[in-house]
Amino acid sequence: MRLILELALIHIAGRGRQTIVAVLGVALGVGFSIAMAALMQGTEKDFIAQLVDTMPHVQVSDERRTPRRQPAEDLFPAVQFEGLRPKEDRRGILNPAAAFASLRSWVPGRMARSLRTQGVVRYAGRDVGVSIIGIEPDIEAAVSSVAGDFVEGSFDTLNAGGNNIVVGDTLAQRLGASTGTTIQLVSPTGQSRGFKIVGQFHTGNSARDEGEAYVLLKNAQILSERPNAINDIRLRLSDPEAAPRVARQIEAELGYKAVPWQEANESLLEALVVRNVVMYTVVGAILLVAGFGIYNIISTITHEKARDIAILKSLGFTQGNMRRLFLIEGLALGTAGSVAGWVIGFLLCFALSQVEFKLSGAGVGRELTRLPLYWTPWHYAIASGFALVSAGVAGYLPARQAARLNPVDIIRGAT
Amino acid sequence: MSALIEAENLTRVLPAIVPVTLVRDVSLSIGEREFVAITGPSGSGKSSLLYLLGLLDRPTSGTLRIAGRDTGPLDDDALAQLRLGSLGFVFQFHFLLPEFSVLKNVELPMRKAGRLSAAKMRERAAGLLEDLGLAGHLDKMPDQLSGGQRQRVAVARALANDPHVVLADEPTGSLDSKSSEQVFAILQDLVNKRGKTVVAVTHDMEIAARADRRVHLVDGRVVSDERVARAAI
Repeated sequence: MRLILELALIHIAGRGRQTIVAVLGVALGVGFSIAMAALMQGTEKDFIAQLVDTMPHVQVSDERRTPRRQPAEDLFPAVQFEGLRPKEDRRGILNPAAAFASLRSWVPGRMARSLRTQGVVRYAGRDVGVSIIGIEPDIEAAVSSVAGDFVEGSFDTLNAGGNNIVVGDTLAQRLGASTGTTIQLVSPTGQSRGFKIVGQFHTGNSARDEGEAYVLLKNAQILSERPNAINDIRLRLSDPEAAPRVARQIEAELGYKAVPWQEANESLLEALVVRNVVMYTVVGAILLVAGFGIYNIISTITHEKARDIAILKSLGFTQGNMRRLFLIEGLALGTAGSVAGWVIGFLLCFALSQVEFKLSGAGVGRELTRLPLYWTPWHYAIASGFALVSAGVAGYLPARQAARLNPVDIIRGAT
Repeated sequence: MSALIEAENLTRVLPAIVPVTLVRDVSLSIGEREFVAITGPSGSGKSSLLYLLGLLDRPTSGTLRIAGRDTGPLDDDALAQLRLGSLGFVFQFHFLLPEFSVLKNVELPMRKAGRLSAAKMRERAAGLLEDLGLAGHLDKMPDQLSGGQRQRVAVARALANDPHVVLADEPTGSLDSKSSEQVFAILQDLVNKRGKTVVAVTHDMEIAARADRRVHLVDGRVVSDERVARAAI
């Protein structure tokens, strides 16, 4: 075995430049795929982290997954309804205090309740439709990412005396209002009240910056004429990955629709899967091309070393020995390429991590970003695994042919 | 005299659109300590016969026994094993591996067989080379040697695993007369001093004349098989 290894190394060393080209081909393939995988997974993780950061992990609303069952359905095995008009329920989560308390007893994480309703902000002759969200400032801060995005004021300033409101900065700009201005809030039920702006936030999400207004929960309940009602419970779990499980349990317990963040962003997450498939296809193609390089050099070696093959076989080397010899040569090239590729991949990742982007935007400090890169030994293992497999195949095909060579044909040819 | 190589009705046909018969119905029995020269005009099938006897090629029909063992049912790996242990080859061209030193070339079959320790292999290879007058060339590369020296290295390699039979295909074919003489003398010594059997294909009648036995082939057929009384040493 050591002898075969020695022969293999001598053959490879004998074709210096071609060997370097083949090794470089594999190395570039491995290197690029490592860098690409790091970048792809890095951006994916970054994206999901942002998603998890800005969104509640589970959102319980006052809707139900399926229409409420009619009493007749429970009574008879088969029922047909005609012209049925379901009873109008009072909207909102029933018995909110009890529901909230029971969730609080077992859900691992923090939670906040709120009343979300639509309304119109009226100021200086302008009407802008907004979502009015009634919150409890002290617990809201623990759940909402908006708490960290305040440009002026904070949720706590809502607690100061009088009717206060915080709005997105874009909304304030559109209205021409600023902190301290009093604006009119009109609810769907026709209630209208004046609120003083005590804070502005900028999340970077224009839909929120321009369409959300936060008031105290009790003010929202008064505006929508639903005392004690809440229609939204948002959860922030200590483990975001547990969201689907927690959501299922909540649905079983309360009967209300509980949406984990994975479900709310299903299409985005699916797009990530597609992106990964595209990436691995490209990486596979690169390594396949590298495999052809190996095939080329090994088959050149087998042609050039036909005489050696004849000698070795006449000395008593078997077909299997010959096959192994050239297979080892292919694998050796693949291994050398892999190792060099690790270095290239590492350097590429390092170079990419140095790139800075100044994204156009409001020029808030946060928007100056670096490429998110994710480091894991798996990328290195997968890339070199793939490279070794293609090197093995690329070495095996010419190896099989070389092993079948009949020494007599070559000896005759030489004499 | 026990037969080392025993061929019965060996025939080798090259399959082609018009099949070519290389060796036709050859029966031959070669015993120990024999120096057999296979002669014949070019294209008479001498080399083909040698390849058959050396298990490099398989006969189309007929049987071949090496040391009493029928080689017909053996698979390629078993034949390779047999070649490794009991047969040594010397070709017209030295066929040394150009990347290996002289010593390593001789060690090669021993390493393949893997019966000896590295130190023993080295010792044996060096001993063989010294016996063949190459004491000062152990670490040279094959392309630093003259043709005659290379051929002697090839002989040393053929002897590496101490085979019973050395098969030589035109061993002196590409050498000048002085080197030819040397190599031939070495082959003769193999028989006389080491007790090997040598089967050499040659068209050099002068060499053939000095063999113990001459097998003459024409058109793949043995036309004469004469023994010469061994000259007194």
